Amino acid sequence: MTMLSDRQQLSYIAAQAADARVNVELETEGMTLNIGPQHPATHGTLRIIARLDGEQVVWAEPACGYMHRGYEKLAEVRTYPQVTTLVNRIDWLGSFANEVPFILAAEQLMEIEAPARAQWIRTLLFELSRIANVSLFLGDLGVQMGAITPVFMAFRDREYVLNLIEAATGGRFHPNFDRIGGLKDDLPAGFVAETRQVMKKLRNFCDEIEDLLFGNEIFQSRTRGIGVIPRDVALDYGLSGANLRASGVDWDLRRDQRLPMAWDKVDWKVWTHTDGDSFARCWVRLQETREATKLVDQLLDGLPSGPVMAKVPRIIKVPAGEAWVSTENPLGEMGYYVVSKGDLGPFRVKIRSASFNNISIVPWVLRGVYVPDIITILASLYFILGDIDR
Amino acid sequence: MTSALWAVEIPYWGQTLLRVLGGVVAVLLPAGTIVYVFLFKMMSFMQSRLGPMEAGPYGSLQLVAEVGKWLQKEDIAPERADRFIFRLAPIVVLASTFLLVAVVPFGPDAWFTNFETGIYYAMAVSSVSVLGILMAGWASANKYSLLGGLRAAGQLIAYELPMVLAVIGVVIQAESMNLQQIVVAQNAGSIFGWDGLGNPYLLTQFVGFLIFMIAVQAELTQAPFDMPIAESELVSGYMTEYSGFRFLMFFIGEFATAGVFALIASVLFLGGWGVPFAWFGWNGIDDVDNWMNVVGPLVMFGKMMLLVFLIMWVRFSYPRFREDQLQRFAWKFLIPVSLGNIVLTAVAKVVW
Amino acid sequence: MAKVPGLVKGLGVTFSTMVQTITKGANTVQYPHEKEAPPTRARGVIALREDNCTSCMLCARSCPDWCIYIEGHKELAPPRRAGGKPRQVNKLDRFDIDFALCMYCGICVEVCPFDALFWSPEYEYSEGRIADLLHDKTKLGEWMETVPEAPELEAGADKKGKK
Repeated sequence: MTMLSDRQQLSYIAAQAADARVNVELETEGMTLNIGPQHPATHGTLRIIARLDGEQVVWAEPACGYMHRGYEKLAEVRTYPQVTTLVNRIDWLGSFANEVPFILAAEQLMEIEAPARAQWIRTLLFELSRIANVSLFLGDLGVQMGAITPVFMAFRDREYVLNLIEAATGGRFHPNFDRIGGLKDDLPAGFVAETRQVMKKLRNFCDEIEDLLFGNEIFQSRTRGIGVIPRDVALDYGLSGANLRASGVDWDLRRDQRLPMAWDKVDWKVWTHTDGDSFARCWVRLQETREATKLVDQLLDGLPSGPVMAKVPRIIKVPAGEAWVSTENPLGEMGYYVVSKGDLGPFRVKIRSASFNNISIVPWVLRGVYVPDIITILASLYFILGDIDR
Repeated sequence: MTSALWAVEIPYWGQTLLRVLGGVVAVLLPAGTIVYVFLFKMMSFMQSRLGPMEAGPYGSLQLVAEVGKWLQKEDIAPERADRFIFRLAPIVVLASTFLLVAVVPFGPDAWFTNFETGIYYAMAVSSVSVLGILMAGWASANKYSLLGGLRAAGQLIAYELPMVLAVIGVVIQAESMNLQQIVVAQNAGSIFGWDGLGNPYLLTQFVGFLIFMIAVQAELTQAPFDMPIAESELVSGYMTEYSGFRFLMFFIGEFATAGVFALIASVLFLGGWGVPFAWFGWNGIDDVDNWMNVVGPLVMFGKMMLLVFLIMWVRFSYPRFREDQLQRFAWKFLIPVSLGNIVLTAVAKVVW
Repeated sequence: MAKVPGLVKGLGVTFSTMVQTITKGANTVQYPHEKEAPPTRARGVIALREDNCTSCMLCARSCPDWCIYIEGHKELAPPRRAGGKPRQVNKLDRFDIDFALCMYCGICVEVCPFDALFWSPEYEYSEGRIADLLHDKTKLGEWMETVPEAPELEAGADKKGKK
């Protein structure tokens, strides 16, 4: 017999115990259902192994890793611009947000700061990525529940944001725009006016989704009281982002950290909810999208003039040292721990991705729920496979 | 269909042939139109897109292309599937649709069968499809299909009751279970003496109409009652393992059944093939002119499209119920309300 | 009744979207009959200006996928002025970009010190065989015709658009 790790042994025993309980209580056999890795509901190749008793889950465990691409290993043999290109692809829906903490960590090691205009534009694109990411979530929520129409509205309005990002950076999904010391280029003419129009459309979209989905009594009965995560459990499992705020924890890294970005220079609100159920998580994200549109408007108003790139040498060698920067990404807290030995590329990059910690709560929260609720809870936790597996 | 419809005398085998062809057309023509107008076009318009546009002008031949595509696929069955039942299931589902359309009247003389207990037969036969779905779920040897089949069994049986109870109000008002009689009663009737609109039971049996439409939505496993299919969870539920021609039968069956149920609902609540008799000065079924046998099906078609529009509109707009919420809705809400409807109708019938 | 129930509002949203699509048209573009023009900076394909390239290999080295293949040789070119000595120039033998590997990151375009590589928003160059996605220097030179002018920059920018 092959050697099983302690963890594998424990989960095997837990599964057997679950089966035994079912067998004793009802004299029936529990059914093991594999949700995934190919499945319409999971956001990618995630496998959830669930032991069912009828329609109730007795035991569930996520098995991730189907999309592991070895980013941390790749980063050891790439230069800083190349790693920036790679990390775009971790959370591919809000991809500019992935570059920012990495670049900030490198800038910390170099002890330089990007000029003010670059900081503001970085924040602007960061919030646009957040809007792109979460508006897809709002549409996808409908599909998981069975409402097939909201997702088309989400894609329709998300196209506007992607067109904006493409106009500025050249790439819709993978901007690759952040550079150590600033940005690659400045914004093209007409960007500010266009963005204001798009923000209006996004606000209309949020209202539409609220009417079509959130106000729908069926949706509410599917999500209220489902998958309640109390505050202390959320903190214990290391949840972050909207999942944490929906459980009543007032935690937002944009406000609580002092980073060289423009969040502290504009006026915005952190949204929390006390229930901690699926509806709370979805609602918090809806409000965050609205708040992000207001943030973008303010950033456009106050955009300072000046250069977008600091004085950096042509060939950048980051001095030796270690730096940790984490930001409030659309999915949660994303952080990079960059170890540098003074080379063209990092020595080691550790990526703390939000979704990996977010799905660690899956075994806890899926106990005793019905099969349809599995989908609801997974949808409300909102993870992206690229973010889990890197 | 009596031979009075035609000037010539048609032999019995000719009449049977015409009946069979008429039955096939009555099932497949609405199915095709519904698929094109509502599934391809209306759903697309509700989603800010245009739908299929390439096959034929404005995508009108898309269904032909789809049928051709499904027909030429390989006929596969899972290894551990129960072969005979696996093959029989789609036929059972489709058979119930054809049996159901046999009792729908399309004109004063354009009907296939004219049972005295027409609506009783219709309700009974519509449950045959439940058997087909269960067979499909079990015989697929697939856990997802099994879950879908079991959910379907519970749901469809639960929603049979409100459907039947909603119909009883109509039967009380029309004083007959014969569908032709129900049509005549609506079109020859009058509302408090004014016969400009006839007496469509939509107005007097509004609650019954709503309950019937909700029950029909559940019987068709359309959203918000599509737990058995639940695309985001069970891939396709009981239909997962079917491909090729068998899947086509399920697919056509779904929309054909929607059309036939809409036909029955238009007979029960909207006045069927008729327009109010007062418009033409008719007093009973014998007065109705012969051209109504040609116009009647067209009127039915129009009413059917209206009702299917409602069904599809709700389907594309709402998320789905969870199984236990679904059951709770049927047993604890719809059945008491429909029973109350029967009581009210009976009292009103005696009083007025 | 004070509030319209959410169920009815939802129906209203879908219905109004349907009416809007019928009257004002859909949000989709019927490709390939109509095509949307991508923005100026869109990263579609890379174009090569052969005269500027000195085969310094900076782009090939900085490509994360190593999809640029460069071969060159040195040649003696005639002197610039009469009576001077012959100059040594790099002549490009081979400059291939394998677009099957390229991840459209733009590091090569950015890093080139001699402005020999440009982005073009052309995107319709898919081939039936993967091997045909290796564009040689002739094809890369043909893409130069599709390279647009750099866009004007937004108000407040430091300098005018470069490249």
